[in-house]
Amino acid sequence: MVEQVLFILMLTIGVGFFVRSIGKIRRNIFLGRPLQINDRKPERWKTMARVALGQSKMVVRPVAGFFHILIYVGFVLINIEVLEIVLDGITGSHRLFAVYLGGFYAIAIGFFEILAVLVMLACIVFLARRISGSPPRLSSSQLKGWANTDALLILGIELVLMTALLLMNAAEGAMPGAEVAPFLVSSLISPLFSGVSAETLHWIERLAWWFHAAGILGFLNYLPFSKHFHIVLAFPNVWYSNLEPKGKFANHQAVKREVELMMNPEAEVQAAPAESELPVKFGAKDVQDLSWKQLLDAYSCTECGRCSSECPAHQTGKLLSPRKIMMDTRDRLEEVGRNIDAHGKEYSDGKSLLGDFITEEELWACTTCNACTQACPVNIDPLSIIMDLRRELVLEQSKAPGSLTAMFNNVENNAAPWPFSPSDRGNWRQTSH
Amino acid sequence: METQLNPIPSLAELAAEGKVPEVVFWVGCAGSFDDRAKRVTQQIARILQHAGIHFAILGEEEACTGDPAKRAGNEFLFQMMAFQNIQVLNGYGVKKLVTGCPHCFNTIKNEYPDLGGHYEVIHHASLIQELLDSGKLSVRGGAFKGKKITFHDSCYLGRANGIYEAPRQVLEALDADLAEMKKSRAHGLCCGAGGAQMFKEAEKGVAEVNHVRAEQALETGAEIIAVGCPFCHTMMSDGVKHHNKEMEVKVMDIAEVIGHGLH
Repeated sequence: MVEQVLFILMLTIGVGFFVRSIGKIRRNIFLGRPLQINDRKPERWKTMARVALGQSKMVVRPVAGFFHILIYVGFVLINIEVLEIVLDGITGSHRLFAVYLGGFYAIAIGFFEILAVLVMLACIVFLARRISGSPPRLSSSQLKGWANTDALLILGIELVLMTALLLMNAAEGAMPGAEVAPFLVSSLISPLFSGVSAETLHWIERLAWWFHAAGILGFLNYLPFSKHFHIVLAFPNVWYSNLEPKGKFANHQAVKREVELMMNPEAEVQAAPAESELPVKFGAKDVQDLSWKQLLDAYSCTECGRCSSECPAHQTGKLLSPRKIMMDTRDRLEEVGRNIDAHGKEYSDGKSLLGDFITEEELWACTTCNACTQACPVNIDPLSIIMDLRRELVLEQSKAPGSLTAMFNNVENNAAPWPFSPSDRGNWRQTSH
Repeated sequence: METQLNPIPSLAELAAEGKVPEVVFWVGCAGSFDDRAKRVTQQIARILQHAGIHFAILGEEEACTGDPAKRAGNEFLFQMMAFQNIQVLNGYGVKKLVTGCPHCFNTIKNEYPDLGGHYEVIHHASLIQELLDSGKLSVRGGAFKGKKITFHDSCYLGRANGIYEAPRQVLEALDADLAEMKKSRAHGLCCGAGGAQMFKEAEKGVAEVNHVRAEQALETGAEIIAVGCPFCHTMMSDGVKHHNKEMEVKVMDIAEVIGHGLH
């Protein structure tokens, strides 16, 4: 009874904190500009099924893709056992499902144990990849400080949780007169407990059970502070992904109104803008100027670095890294969120995404080639953020590099990016080589 | 190479005679002014004439689509250019365009409709493929038979619009030995010119993008690097020169390769 009360208390606190963290992330995401995305629903569900559920872009890199699927499938299925743990904890039962499943129970647990071993194998492979620095996109020189610690912590916690699961089952199986055990994998480590008294075994089993239950709740609460939150946001993020051709960059609607007025003054009356509550901005200086989808992108990023490893600028040693664009956006958004928590919504710390986090040199190195958006396993779009920040530099701050200003002048005056006369446009017809 | 062209009218000239062309050839700025790209333009025109297509150009009424301005962050200038071009095209009642530039192609196809410009626009690689498929154009392998050719996907044709097969099928029509680079199609490496990079110096780094891409092309052992974009053309040519291979390896547009094989 005491155990039940303790468990329900732990569960309530654990879930409560998680819900609170989710609420903050939700609030932060909706600091972004409004954007309507609810078209082409059948296509969106299909894309989500293929890309998020089906991991279609993960397997483009077969080694990482294969081991990632092991962890993913293991995580989803082992959660069935977590459901049993939760029910046992609340009702005070022991291995509740065994009653209903009979002989099949041991088979099912054996299957979960195989998955647990595969998850551990994948975690070890992933740890080895990070520690060995191959591939380079995962090495700590690209992921300094917290980003690297976070990655190692996630893999470490998963290893510990799977170990606790196997130990719990092994202790169960070693108990004299065990009814539901032994299980396929843990029975192999049960001999470790030979000679241990039944009472001690009971305590080991209870300890492993509590450790596993508390560990899972703890991990759940770690998620919102970690890149590992992608296991939740990957799904909505892919659902809301850009379904247009990658080459189509949205036309800025406020600019469209201005240009229509400028080019066609008679249209003024009918086009008189219905003054919206939001001030018209032509670019993005800080996270609030980005759309909620771009902010959702930032929270969905798991920092795998596939975008940067495909980026022509990054590959040739320029400062630009699409992964850094996404990490900076999340870091800044979290900072803005903390400011709101501490000082209220109107507070400004005088910092901004552009300038304090992302530099002009990074932005100007982008070739808009879409290699990053193609590479992202969860359809994140770093390019749209780069474009919004570039527009801020050019239209709001008049800070284009000189050569680009010269190009703008040529386009404006000669209708071509080079200083040639428009009247010479047809001259190629006369040239003969 | 023979580039004898029959006279090519401008849309204004045709309109004065009350005529409407089948298709408008959108030449693009590079195709109009860059010496190397002009030779490609001539080949596209020659192919169109060969296939018996009645076409016209806009001539001095054509203006930059605004692509480099938009991608460099100058949305105002882009939309002003788009506005002008759409007024001209709609004024003539243009329905169909062919262009030799993936950037013009992408902008007109994807970004003009929202601004009131609705046209069927086709890149010359796709048009040539259609003409070959329908038998309006026939080529013989000749000089290219069995030659190793590699195709460099331009970002604005490939990833941007999913056109990967048309240029390859065109090359295969010449019985050429098509070799793929280690990075191709959706995973192709940019030449380094997109996003208005063509008009500025690259940021500091350890290598130039076009040198890296040219190296990947040279690794295939191809004698010809085929492209479908005037900017890729310049970047790949410079890249090949950087590796001192310009005597052995030629960079050619799809239209030039096909132009050679016309009969």
